Amino acid sequence: MGMKKVWIASMAVMLAAGLLAACGNNGGSDKKIIKIASQSPLSGGSSVQGEAIKLGAQMALEERKAEFEKLGFDLQFTPYDDQADPKKGVANAETIAADKQIMAIVGHMNSGVAIPSSVVYDKYGIPMVSPSNTATEVTDRKLKVVNRIVARDDFQGPAAAQYAVNTVGAKNIFVIQDKTAYGQGLADAFKSEAEKLGATIAGYEAITIGEKDFNGVITQILSKKPDFIFFGGLYAEAGQIVKQARDKGVTAPIMGGDGIDTAGMVEVAGDKVVGTLYTSVSTDITKTDAGKAWADAYKQKFGKNVDGYSAYAYDCMNLILNALKEAIEANDGDLPTREQVRDQVRATKDFEGMATKVTFDDKGDNAYAKVFVYEFKAASYPGSLISEVSK
Amino acid sequence: MMDKLITGLQGSKYAQAALLALFVALTCAWVFLMDKSVVAFLLLLSSLLLLHYTSFPTKIKWAVGGVMLLLVVPFATSGGASHEAYMEVATQCGIFIAMALGLNVVVGFAGLLDLGFVAFFAVGAYTYAIFSTPQATEFMSGGWLPLTGSYFWLFIFIGGFIASLFGILLGLPVLRVKGDYLAIVTLGFGEITRIIFNNLDKPVNITNGALGISSIQAPNLFGYHFTFPHQFYFIVIAILALVILCVKRLEHSRLGRSWKAIRDNEIAAQSSGIPLIRTKLTAFAVGASFSGMMGVVFAAKQTFVDPTSFTYLESITILVMVLLGGMGSVPGVILGACVITLLNLQVLTEITLWLNQLTMQGIIKVPHALSPSKMQRFIFGAVLILFAIFRPNGLIAARNRKVDEGRLRAANAPVSAKLRDPSGHGEGGSS
Amino acid sequence: MISDLLHSLPQVLVDGLTLGAVYAVVAIGYTLVYGILELINFAHGEIFMSGAFIGTAVMLMFESAGWLGAMPGWLAYMLIMAAAMLVTGLMGVGIERVAYRPLRSAPKLISLISAIGVSFFLQDLVRFIAELSTGSYLISSSTLYNDNLQLRVSKLGGSLGDAFLKTNTVILIVVAVLLMVGLDLFVKRTKWGIAMRAVAQDRETAALMSINVNKVIALTFFIGSALGGATGVLFAQQYGTVDPFIGYVLGIKAFTAAVLGGIGSIRGAMFGGLFIGMVEMFASANLGVLTSGNFGGEYKDVFAFAILIVVLIFKPEGLFGKAVKEKV
Repeated sequence: MGMKKVWIASMAVMLAAGLLAACGNNGGSDKKIIKIASQSPLSGGSSVQGEAIKLGAQMALEERKAEFEKLGFDLQFTPYDDQADPKKGVANAETIAADKQIMAIVGHMNSGVAIPSSVVYDKYGIPMVSPSNTATEVTDRKLKVVNRIVARDDFQGPAAAQYAVNTVGAKNIFVIQDKTAYGQGLADAFKSEAEKLGATIAGYEAITIGEKDFNGVITQILSKKPDFIFFGGLYAEAGQIVKQARDKGVTAPIMGGDGIDTAGMVEVAGDKVVGTLYTSVSTDITKTDAGKAWADAYKQKFGKNVDGYSAYAYDCMNLILNALKEAIEANDGDLPTREQVRDQVRATKDFEGMATKVTFDDKGDNAYAKVFVYEFKAASYPGSLISEVSK
Repeated sequence: MMDKLITGLQGSKYAQAALLALFVALTCAWVFLMDKSVVAFLLLLSSLLLLHYTSFPTKIKWAVGGVMLLLVVPFATSGGASHEAYMEVATQCGIFIAMALGLNVVVGFAGLLDLGFVAFFAVGAYTYAIFSTPQATEFMSGGWLPLTGSYFWLFIFIGGFIASLFGILLGLPVLRVKGDYLAIVTLGFGEITRIIFNNLDKPVNITNGALGISSIQAPNLFGYHFTFPHQFYFIVIAILALVILCVKRLEHSRLGRSWKAIRDNEIAAQSSGIPLIRTKLTAFAVGASFSGMMGVVFAAKQTFVDPTSFTYLESITILVMVLLGGMGSVPGVILGACVITLLNLQVLTEITLWLNQLTMQGIIKVPHALSPSKMQRFIFGAVLILFAIFRPNGLIAARNRKVDEGRLRAANAPVSAKLRDPSGHGEGGSS
Repeated sequence: MISDLLHSLPQVLVDGLTLGAVYAVVAIGYTLVYGILELINFAHGEIFMSGAFIGTAVMLMFESAGWLGAMPGWLAYMLIMAAAMLVTGLMGVGIERVAYRPLRSAPKLISLISAIGVSFFLQDLVRFIAELSTGSYLISSSTLYNDNLQLRVSKLGGSLGDAFLKTNTVILIVVAVLLMVGLDLFVKRTKWGIAMRAVAQDRETAALMSINVNKVIALTFFIGSALGGATGVLFAQQYGTVDPFIGYVLGIKAFTAAVLGGIGSIRGAMFGGLFIGMVEMFASANLGVLTSGNFGGEYKDVFAFAILIVVLIFKPEGLFGKAVKEKV
């Protein structure tokens, strides 16, 4: 026995192989191909923002295809889905490293994925520029390949605390976090700065991500009667917390971080969202005319409204392409090595992007990164910009 | 015609050898020459499956398999730029195979459904992560911390040992419950473990909570650092060899047969003198230790651990591997683990990329919701249902070794004591 | 500290009752199926989730068609509930037919694995549908009966604080109790209910007494799933947002409730659900206060799971169940 089945099985494998081989073909081209990859969660809980990163990067790349064509290069975009999962991110990173045509990466969205994946990039010298990583650990390891154009948690959290204490006048603050790397990092940074500024912390509680009922923690808030509430976490939970707190008659202002800087927040919290504050590392680009025009073009191209990180991903890609172009020129028009591109990316100075100006310091942090404070004045996204903090 | 060919093949080992060699040579050349071809790589790996079905003696199969894994595969993939990517996939396959074999001991041999199996993997991973980073100094003092990468080798066993302790700890109370109650208790334990790992950053910071532990030391052997997947590949192969050896020896040993007896009928097994508690506990301990060892490797390879890598979905993924391959069947489970890991890491990703390309070129429009790399749960769910209904024995069904009664009697008639302890190995009916 | 606890007690009780009512009705679904098939229907949490999605979808449909303003709220509520109960009931019957019935004589392990498969399959199926039709799987809809009420418990004196709730909370609790009482009466008084109990007790003998066992099992699945679906609607109305993954953890907790009360016992499930809901709410509201911040609400799920484990180990028949001797 056995052999017959094996034959059938091998035939099936061959057939599948044929199918796959058909997809593997890239088609020959005389031009030298340069690929830029993106890594962001295209599936799972934060796929809305992950998708925005992909589309923003894609838009920038497609706009500049012709420019590189003149230089003799065929520019291509390869989006990867890291599923917000560190394991998947690392496996993708190895795949990316294997594809010698990939010169740089836009991403990741989650710091928890960026940290292990960037170790892989570092081994192969592939630069990554993140439009959204805020955890301090991302750049504090001083890897040559890691850059980000947004503010760090130890800038965003304290900026939020300063706003809460100095501007709003909060004295008795309740802090909630969602026990994820992102939420905890932000909430901790907020808490320590708020304490430094003289506010007392009425309570520090954690919730379970993915749940819908947060009445327990809100009951605690009711009995502690804080005059300000800060939440480190994402919109799905933040929306419920805001809604349930308002239902219970909690009137203290509620503030969140960039995790609630998304249209989803308004959808979940509904009308109750009005009055909610949030800090963000990304600006509302639709405020300027150029930004508005860009957002319209984006909408027309992809049929979706811009999300917080769209413009930042767009800037990341443009920044990479600028560096790439300079590396090509420095290399007399030949294909540069990854290391050359990496060093060129890090050397970026006074890059004027759609959303932010960028100069990288020696760790890969952006010296011009800003933190913006918004308020949902109506139940619509984005909220209105009420304050801006730079370093 | 076809049938004749097949019967011919079945008869002649030389023909099989030639065919296998041809297949290996072809796929090798393909992998070596093509820059990146998932298909070729899959075919190369499937030659091991062909090997399984040949009618060579078991020892030769193992030898050929070993040569394939140690020499042929690393060499063939070294041709193109994709070397590391292939090796990464192969390494992860190896890690999952060991875990699936561990779960197979618990579920397949002993019939105890464990839905929180990934907890042991987490225990192993955290054991190494905590002591090879400054994390350990958060809750204990001592100038010897953090340990360097040369302790990695020791930690493979420490990780395995601690995981098996956890297995016993979990097993002790669990033994009072049976069947599906056991399943739900293990699920509860798995979740509790994850929640505790996620929250144990206060009052004493042991696991660094949700932030995870990063910058874990790479293994170091006399100054030689293991950082690239092709280096981890050999570590994984070595551990895997150990695990497979263990499982194969255990399977037909007295203990292995006790496991199966308990699985098939607990009360009958008990009344024929099998110590229930000890037997079940060893199943948990053995299964957990495999997982723990690979946890250590995983931590060192990723250089980062956090609780999101150890969710219920992971436990179910390992269960899918075991069920797909065939509960209780060692070659089956290996196949199942490979198929699922490759599906996850390579096939789904590639198809998604391809669909993405087509969508971007405007050839077809695939809605984002249907992108294959999102379909894990869908596929796993379907596999579980379909296999449970139509093929509960999996792809390669477990075979109980046939006992030649006449021969046994003849051999043991003078020394009947021998009957009580027939050695666990020898020429096996299963391979 | 004690005064803190007392102050929040009324609120904890109200919220615990709400959550507990949801657990209780879902727990009944587990208990019915386990009673009759001795199978943990892992997919039941997903049935609940599907009910929530169907409720939300019908709600959105009403909204976009402009019917919501045209009919009274209670009618809309009832229509939504009826739709969700019908669909989830049929889903339950379908799942039993496809994934469980072929395995009725197979080892327990296999049917359990099949059940886990169904649960995963449904999660992704619902996600597909939601994402294809709206672009995101996290779906919010408007809710009926949003007025806020305040129970002035503080007037009673002592250090008790007020409790806040929505009108919908009251509806949720009332409907849940009605469903449970209705089911209890059905099982105790009607011919079909008696048949269900007969099949649960001894399938072969029941078959000999000319009870159509397959029909009774299908009916059990229909009722259990419809109850789960109805709870899903109540849940969606209470919280306004649903996603495909709400069923898993909630399902496990509801199962815990069923086990605690004694699996197979409907009244036990009610008690277990309320108990688990209360414990969870109490833990998340007070754990941080009691341990001065060392262990906070993030550990609340540990309590539910620990209860599950302890009950299964030391009193597997639960508080209201009967111990069963294993047959060889």
